[in-house]
Amino acid sequence: MLFSLLESSRSALASIIAHGFRSVLTTLGIVIGVASVIAVVSVTQGLRVFVSQQFASLGTNSLTVRSYTPLEDRMQGLNARLTPEDYGLIEQRVDGIASITPILFASRASQIKYGSQTAYSQIMGTTYAYQDVAQFFTTEGRFLANSDNLTRRRVAVIGDTVRENLNLPENPVNEFVELGGEWFKVVGLLEPKGEVMGFSQDDIVLVPYATMQSLQGNQARTDIQIQLSLGENAEIDDVTGQLSLLLRNAHDLDSSDEDDFVIETAEQMMQTFDSILAVVTIVIGGIVGISLLVGGIGIMNIMLVSVTERTREIGICKAIGAKRHHILLQFLIESMLLSLFGGLIGLAAGYGLGSLIAGSIPSFPPAAIPFWAVVLALGFSGFVGILFGILPAAKAANLDPIDALRYE
Amino acid sequence: MSLIALQGITKHYQMGNQLVKALDGISLSIDSNEYVAFIGSSGSGKSTMLNILGCLDRPTSGQYHLNDHNVANLNENQLSEIRNLEIGFIFQSFNLLPRATALGNVMQPLIYRNVPFRQRRDLARKALQRVNLGDRTDHLPNQLSGGQRQRVAIARALVTHPSILLADEPTGNLDSKTTVEIMQLFDELHAEGHTVIMVTHEDEIAAHCQRVIEMKDGHIFRDSAHLPGELH
Repeated sequence: MLFSLLESSRSALASIIAHGFRSVLTTLGIVIGVASVIAVVSVTQGLRVFVSQQFASLGTNSLTVRSYTPLEDRMQGLNARLTPEDYGLIEQRVDGIASITPILFASRASQIKYGSQTAYSQIMGTTYAYQDVAQFFTTEGRFLANSDNLTRRRVAVIGDTVRENLNLPENPVNEFVELGGEWFKVVGLLEPKGEVMGFSQDDIVLVPYATMQSLQGNQARTDIQIQLSLGENAEIDDVTGQLSLLLRNAHDLDSSDEDDFVIETAEQMMQTFDSILAVVTIVIGGIVGISLLVGGIGIMNIMLVSVTERTREIGICKAIGAKRHHILLQFLIESMLLSLFGGLIGLAAGYGLGSLIAGSIPSFPPAAIPFWAVVLALGFSGFVGILFGILPAAKAANLDPIDALRYE
Repeated sequence: MSLIALQGITKHYQMGNQLVKALDGISLSIDSNEYVAFIGSSGSGKSTMLNILGCLDRPTSGQYHLNDHNVANLNENQLSEIRNLEIGFIFQSFNLLPRATALGNVMQPLIYRNVPFRQRRDLARKALQRVNLGDRTDHLPNQLSGGQRQRVAIARALVTHPSILLADEPTGNLDSKTTVEIMQLFDELHAEGHTVIMVTHEDEIAAHCQRVIEMKDGHIFRDSAHLPGELH
């Protein structure tokens, strides 16, 4: 059997090479199918690797708590809030927290001015603990200090994108910028973090939490976010359990009520991202399935033509002793190899295409092909080759030697 | 016991409403190292005879013993095996594989015997040398003349050491000079001990053979032993 396989592969290969141009055209459907899936997979996988690195840098043991209004309530005009009191409760009562910080976002993207330059950026009020929780470090100057918060100092730490947009000097420390009509002194410049999916992580302005609070005025509608990082021995499930219980009590929720807050972990965000990727992959998979089907029919078509063309050859082989399985195997292997070659070419083309796409978008992560995609692409194209080779191969094997020898 | 023994062989075809009796009760035996020609006009049944003898086709009824194998009732794969082991075919139109070299063509039947590559190559080279084509091993069929192609076909038939060489109009596509060469080769092979059976409609070719069997309407019309003669 092994011997037959080897010999069949040898003659199948010879036949594919003998019809080089036709072979390439035949397998084009497979090439395009595999190339498109590999291009998409390599780009999304590159993205995934990059994003998971980003999440890891956020700290895998950090949690974000924010308010969440169920759709039903939102339609009644109710808005859930997370209040500074909630923050105080959590800080006092929950065990296993290493550092915790409140974050108060400006209600809308705010204007920043420096000299004659104007820019818009995300302004966040937070505390010195944010540095630990979010792993933000400064390249120039210092981070927010506890005393900034206590005395509501008008100081700001800015991201690199903001510095660029405002034409601030390389070292912007001690420059003054105008935020919402108030003057803030720049005390630090954040280390650049790059982009995630086209969103700059560096377009950010951090000011002391208390300063932000005093600027926002209407305290009754304050809705904050809380970020915290876990202590070394703390279990993430345990802490989320404590948080949930505490906040449900504080918000007077009945057991039948939905939570009016959500607790997000980096892992969860990763899962959300993964599930989006999974949907994309399934959709692409469906499209590729169709194109492989079409490619397979193309191969079957040419193989049927090839069997007819080689009727006489088949007759000769049978006359000199070829059995059914010799002929069957040869055509099956030929069809499989044809399809597999298409898969290989598609793999290379897809990787090239993916790299091209990744390379042409600035700061997009490099394309990466995971091993499973290679195995799947080749396995599937080989399978398609065998599946659509069965009919032509059976036709060849069933030829009557006398008729085949007489065929002109 | 004789090499070939046919007993009451019939071959009937259904052509529309008509039953065609291509062979109608043939009994015949051929011994080892005989040199036999089947002659007859077209439609006499000699091609069908060749197909049956060559195990390409099965008789409708009757017994066929070839070298102690009872081949009349074998299935398709078993017939393939018998063809590979016992029969060397030589066709009128050479029937070489067009994309394989002379050497590749001669090696081909050995593949179906699971002979390893090196051994196959050596045997094929020897067979090509036997038919004086030792210097043409790497040529494709379309780079060879008609006579050379037929020599490759003969080498392919010889390489398996079959019990019979079965030639179907072996000189039908050759000019007279090449015909003489090829027939000489057959004469030599017979002298070396091969059993040669050919089908022809040319009396000159049949005259080479020791025994001429003339067929007519599916019957053996005349069966006589000849002495080898020259081309008239």
